[in-house]
This record gives sequence, structure tokens and C-alpha cells, in this order.
Amino acid sequence: MPSEARESLPLNEPLQAPVIELRGITKRFPGVVANRDIDLVIRAGEVHALVGENGAGKSTLMKVLYGMYRPEEGEILVNGTPTTFRGPNDSIAAGVGMVHQHFMLADNFTVLENIILGSEPRSGGRIDLEAGRARIDDISRDYGLGLDPDAVVEDLTVADRQRIEIAKVLFRGARVLILDEPTAVLVPQEVDELFEHLREMTAEGLAIVFISHKLDEVLKVADVITVIRRGTTVSTVDPRSVTARQLAELMVGSELPKPDTRDSTVTDKVQLSVAGVSLVAPSGKKILDDISFDVHQGEVAGFAGVEGNGQSELVGALLGLVKLNAGRVIVDGRDVSDESTIARRNLGIAVVPEDRHRQALLLTSPLWENRILGHTHDPRLFTSWGWLKKRAAVSDTARIMSGYDVRAPGPDTLAGSLSGGNQQKLILGRELESEASILIAAHPTRGVDVGAQAAIWERIRAARAGGLATVLISADLEELIGLSDTLYVIYRGALVAKLDPASVTPQILGTYMTGAATEVSA
Amino acid sequence: MTRFRRVAVTGFLPAVLALLVAVVLLGIVLRILGADPLTSLVALFDFGETPRAQANQMRSWVNGSVPLFLSGLAVSIGFRMGLFNIGVEGQYRIAGLVAAWFAATVALPAFLAIPVTIVVGMATGALYALIPAVLKVSRGVNEVITTIMLNSIVGGLIAYLLRGPFRDPALGDSASGRTAGVREEAWFPGFDNPFGWLGMDTPSRPLGGFLIVAVLVGVIVAVGLSRTRFGFNLRASGSNPEAAATSGVGASRMIVQAMLISGAIAGLVGLPQVLGDDHGYGAESFALGFGFSGIAVALLGRNHPLGIGLAAILFAFLNRSGPSLQNVNVPPSVVLIAQGVIVLSVVIVNEVLRRRLLRMEDRKAAADHPAPPQQGAPSGTAPAGASA
Repeated sequence: MPSEARESLPLNEPLQAPVIELRGITKRFPGVVANRDIDLVIRAGEVHALVGENGAGKSTLMKVLYGMYRPEEGEILVNGTPTTFRGPNDSIAAGVGMVHQHFMLADNFTVLENIILGSEPRSGGRIDLEAGRARIDDISRDYGLGLDPDAVVEDLTVADRQRIEIAKVLFRGARVLILDEPTAVLVPQEVDELFEHLREMTAEGLAIVFISHKLDEVLKVADVITVIRRGTTVSTVDPRSVTARQLAELMVGSELPKPDTRDSTVTDKVQLSVAGVSLVAPSGKKILDDISFDVHQGEVAGFAGVEGNGQSELVGALLGLVKLNAGRVIVDGRDVSDESTIARRNLGIAVVPEDRHRQALLLTSPLWENRILGHTHDPRLFTSWGWLKKRAAVSDTARIMSGYDVRAPGPDTLAGSLSGGNQQKLILGRELESEASILIAAHPTRGVDVGAQAAIWERIRAARAGGLATVLISADLEELIGLSDTLYVIYRGALVAKLDPASVTPQILGTYMTGAATEVSA
Repeated sequence: MTRFRRVAVTGFLPAVLALLVAVVLLGIVLRILGADPLTSLVALFDFGETPRAQANQMRSWVNGSVPLFLSGLAVSIGFRMGLFNIGVEGQYRIAGLVAAWFAATVALPAFLAIPVTIVVGMATGALYALIPAVLKVSRGVNEVITTIMLNSIVGGLIAYLLRGPFRDPALGDSASGRTAGVREEAWFPGFDNPFGWLGMDTPSRPLGGFLIVAVLVGVIVAVGLSRTRFGFNLRASGSNPEAAATSGVGASRMIVQAMLISGAIAGLVGLPQVLGDDHGYGAESFALGFGFSGIAVALLGRNHPLGIGLAAILFAFLNRSGPSLQNVNVPPSVVLIAQGVIVLSVVIVNEVLRRRLLRMEDRKAAADHPAPPQQGAPSGTAPAGASA
């Protein structure tokens, strides 16, 4: 247990006074209670982790805490004084700041400009850049953030950008920082760095509210963990006395499976073959660099890599969405390099894209229309003349919804009103039900709760046993290691390592992912 | 229930609400102009004194709604795909001219004359719409800009054609441009006593038979959009181009196809006049502006053929009442203000209701499935060390 950082604040010592206290918070929407009797005590100098399934009420609670929602019952105490937040401005004034999962930075601005944007220090009607710079230097030094105020954001890494977001909140005087899934975009080494920064901040007396799905990380960084289930706080636990499994069980209220793929189902029949695929940007930069690999029937080929190293383009290359500079894509012995996307899809390529809202769903359309998206050549849904069989489409949607546990009122519900996990289950359902022989799954469980995650893993495993060849791209290294039969690491558009998931650790993967090591055989 | 509510919110409710808002705003405008809103409102419904005049008013109302409907339909095809085809104006003008010239020049058997002329008109509109489509797909040029420019090119093109190749050889040099008369086989037949079943008099001239074509095209578009693979792909591309592309619907192809269809329907807009009323294309007589009103009609009709039909009928009703307004000393251009106010109200009301609907759906989905089924004791199985 890494408890050095916590030694200064053992739980049995007199506790610091709470900076923020929520008492009996209840937030209702018509017909539904999103938060019920929430009690939460956040103290200075501690990392308070908040865990719970998607839809458990975490985001509602965060919005209450950040002043975006006003609760119907209960009270919020700031430094012991009951306070009403009428909006984010009130909560910022009370010292509560939020670091969102998706960064909101202007790429062409410098770090300094981004941080002061919206709360510019002024002198005589002009922006006082020097005052801003001085304060940023102070913040950077106090919390060890290592920011260069004059660097332009577009040149910086994801981890750098996250530190800018944190600095932005600190610049506005926050004493309580809410971090929403801060590790989702980081590689293991960067996560460790982030945790260092968090410790610096708590040592300075700040309070951190840390929201995450990754329970191992929560256990590593948190001083206190509060579990939310079905809209209410079910328990507050000491991370030193629980395991990740116990935490997960608290979250879902039942036992859960792990992503391990048991017996090998890999056959010797090559279903998908990629040979020498290259893609060069107009600038001359190699986006995909001579990529070659085979995926057999019943095999899951996992691709690890820091985001932006060519994963999205690889998916585009397999689907025929981008024009390649070189290389072939061969599906079941047939060269499809010059075929259209729809031709490839009809040959049995199913896809779960990385960004479900942008690439996989029609959010303002009903679920049944989303079910037929990409499957307009399925004889169950359309006649050979191109007529839509609406009744069949609706009932097939209902079938997938019950088979894949998509929780929604019915096939007529708009896709945009489902939670991420339910949307993803629908997408997986429609893709796997298409009698596909190849599945391209990019981040299939991103932003999905533990229950849905387990269900999605289970489905992928079952399809693998049925002979499906799967290309799995993920940022979740546990998922990659657990599900894959073969692991590749992609770095700057090239495959730099082929590894055996049985013997690899997230640390080793991280080393390859950051380009610290290369090795092409295994 | 869900379905009914959704239809109520997305369907006719916004239009009705918007119309109410528009009537109130228009009342204020009339007040400012110094007119009595109530008198003006009554004047809108003034169909004339004699039964013959009333029948004529009815005829011009129905006739007036046909090109508006077709134009709205053409615009809506683009809208559905996320394309802003402002070029319907140019497309229908050039199509009307070419169809008129064709029907005047080429001798065809009677049963073929009308269908072939219609096809020629549609093909001309489609080809003229193909230019912005190709420019967008190959060079990434925004279709708003190209279609506006092509609209103004059409004016020059038509002036040239009417001075040169398409000019009626019988015309003198000084006369304004006109094609030769459409051959009699291509005259579109009309209804002599269209309102007899309403107990009304026969109008002075027959009601345009092109109404039938318009209704037919409306039905084809409605069914095609909602019940075919092509229609689904078009709507999918319009609502989320990236998701459509990922699922195998190529954006470029859809843009070209949508513009071709939009242009083909635009090609029909001028035909009731060319084949039914004027039997030719005259630079002075050919009515302009339907392409632009079509944008408003499509917006008001929420891009749905049925809605576009109702919107076209409403706009034609207003157009027809311009002269009646003059009788009560209200400038007829108030009709244009009315149409503008209606469109603005619709856009605003739509947006407000759309947001409400999304919130409603969110809550409903949350209400039906608030959280995963509970297992075990309500407090959960807290492991050792739980402090609450």
C-alpha cells in the first residue's frame, strides 16, 4: 500500500475541519430522484475519491457541488456556513473549482493566455500579463506543476494540458478541486506524475475530489473513498482497508467478472491481413508507418498506444475511410484495399468506433433508426429493393435491447437520452448481430460503468469463441491485457512491439507506449 | 403516449404556436403602420363579392401553392442532408426556360409530350444543381456561395438565350424576350370545375392540373425519405455525417445525389406556369422568387412533405390576399412582412421546443431506468473499515 503520502493525515488523528460539507442532499427530476440523502464531508488536505457506476448520480452530485443544479433538500456548508450556490460563479467564489474530463483550451494560445482567459488581471483597463505570469509562476512552483507560461498549447502533451487546466482552476483561487476522470487520457507514467501533483496540493492544504472508474488508481491516491450507488452515498471507506474488488462490489452491489480471456480460441485461419499500410499527411509526417499484422479467426489483437499515435487512422484505414499511400487490407483472402466502406462492411467488418456520439449514433433519432445505421444491407431490415422493413427493424431493436441489456423505455426512445453504457451496449449489439467476421472495437468500454463494462467484455469474449477476429484498440491497459491474444504497441504510427499479454505488465506496455523502448519480435 | 407526445412537440404544435406568435407580432406591425389589425385580418379572408370572383380567388390560391410546395420540397431535400440549396431559384428559372423551349421546338406524340417535357425540366434543374455539388465534393466550396452565384449567373444566361438561340423567331427585335409558344400537345390540362363539389361557381380559367404532379412528388418524397434505404442514408448523413461515413454512407456521394434530387424537384417549380398558364417562357411574365420563398416554406414545414404542403397553402393564401389588403388601405407588402415574421417565429419556437423535448426525453429515460437493480441490503455489503 503506498501510504507514505498519507502518513501526515492518518484517520485516527484529529481531523481537519471540513471545507465543504453536503448534508442530506436530494435532487429530483420529474419522476426520478437523481440524488437522495447524499452526505459528503470534504476536508482540507485530503484526496476524496468518489466512485460509482455511470448513472449512479455522481455527475448530478458534482453539478450540485459546482452550482449547476440546486438541490431540493439538504444543505451545503462551506467552512461550516450554510451556502446556496446559484451557479458556477458562486461555487468558484466559494473556492470550488472543476477540472473537466474534456479539456477546454485554446490551442493557439500560450499557457499564460489560456490560464488567465476569463479572469484576466487588469491594470488601468489593460490586461496585466506580468501580474498573471507572476501568479502562474507562484502556482507552478508551489504545486510543482512545472508550467512554462509562454509555451503554445498545441505543442504540449495531454498531461501538460491537464496541468494547465488544474492551474486554471487554482488561478481562480480554488481550495477544493473536482477532477472528473482525470486519468482517462494518461499513460501509467503520467498518472503517477499526476498523483505526485495531487499530493503536493493536499500538502498545501487543498482538498481534491477525485472521480474515477479505475479503482486501482483510486486506492492508490485517495485518502477517503465515498461510494455512490443508486443516487445515494452507500459508504465512506478507508482505502487502506478495502480491495479493488470489494470497492467494485460496493458500487454495483454484486460480484463482478474480470476481463481475462481464458482458453485460447485462436485458429490458424487468417481473417484480416494488413500489409505495409502507410499514410502520410500532406505535411510529410508519417501518420501510419508500414503497418503489418494478421488477425486470425477467434483472435483478439490488442493495440496499445498513447492516443494520437495513429490508432484512429488505423481504424479509418481498415474501414476505407482514408486513402492510403501504400499497403493492402485483405479480408478473408480478398483484397479490399480499393473497396468502399460499405463494401467492406457488407463483407463482414463490424465496428465500434472510438467516439460513439460522433461516429456511431444519430443522437436525435430513435434507437431503432440507430440499430439500422450501417446495416442497411441486412436482409432482415431492408428488402433487396431497398425498402425499409420498419416493423422488423423495431422488433429487432427490441430484441437487441433485451439481449444486450440496453436499459431504455423502448425502441422509440431517442439515442441521445441513454447513458453512455447503454448506448455502447446498443452499438455492440447491432454490430455483433450482423454476422460479422471481423470486429474493430476502439475503446469499447470508455466512459462506461463497471456493470456495462463487464457485459461488453463478456460479449466480446463470446464472439471470439464463436470465431470472430477482433481488432481491439484501447487506452485501458487492463482491458487490453485481459482480453487480447496478441498485443501490439503503436507509437508514432508504427508498430513498435508485439507482446504476449500473458507475460506483459502495464508498466512494460507504458515503456513501449512512450517510445522509451522498441522491439518488434516476440 | 410517448409517440403522441413526441409528435405533438415535434410536429404541428410548434407550427401552431409559431403562427400565434406571428399573428400577435403582425398585429403590432399593422398598428405601427397605422392600420387596424382586426380589419386587416378580416380583409385577408376577403374572397370577393360574386361567386365567380370567389371561385377565381380559390383558383389562384390553389395554383399559387403548387410552385411554393415544389420549391419548399426541393429546398427540404438539401436541408435533410445538411445542405443549404439557395440555388432553387436559379434551378427552376433555367429549367422553366429549357422546358418551354423544348416543348415549343420538339414535336412529340401527344402521350409523350408532357412526360418528356417534365423530364427535360427536371434534368435541367438537376444538372444546374450538379455544379455546386461537384464543386463542394471536389474542391470543398461551400454550396451557399456557389448556389447564390449561380442564381445570378442564371439571369444573364436566360437573357442571352432569350435574345439568341431560344428566342421566338417570330418576335421583332425590340420586343422583350420570349420563347415560341409551347406546342399544343404539351399544354398541361386543367380542371374546369374544380370546386363544384364545394357548391362553388366555376372559375374563369381552369385550375392547374399540375397540382396532381405536385401531390405525387410529395408522396414519393415522403415515402422515399422515411421508408427506403436511400432516404435513411440521406437523413443519417444530414443528422451525423461522421457516423454515416463510418457506417459506410459516403458523404460525397450523398451530397451529389441529394443535390441532383433537389435540383430535379426545383426543375418542376416553373412548369405549371410554362405548360399550364403561359404556354411559353417570357422574360417579363415568368414569375420569380419561388426559390427564395421555398426556403421559408421548407423551414415552416419543418422539412416534412406534409408540413411543407400546409406551409405552401398558408403562404399562397397570404400572397393571394395582398390585393384585398389594399382595399382596406394596407400596403400589400405587409404580406412579405407577415411571411418573414412567420418564419422567424417558427425558427425561434422550434429551437425552444427542441430543447424542451430533449430535456423531457432525458428525464423520461432517467425516470424509467434510474439505476441498476438493487441486490443485497440497501446499505450494501460494506467491507471492514467502512466508516459510514
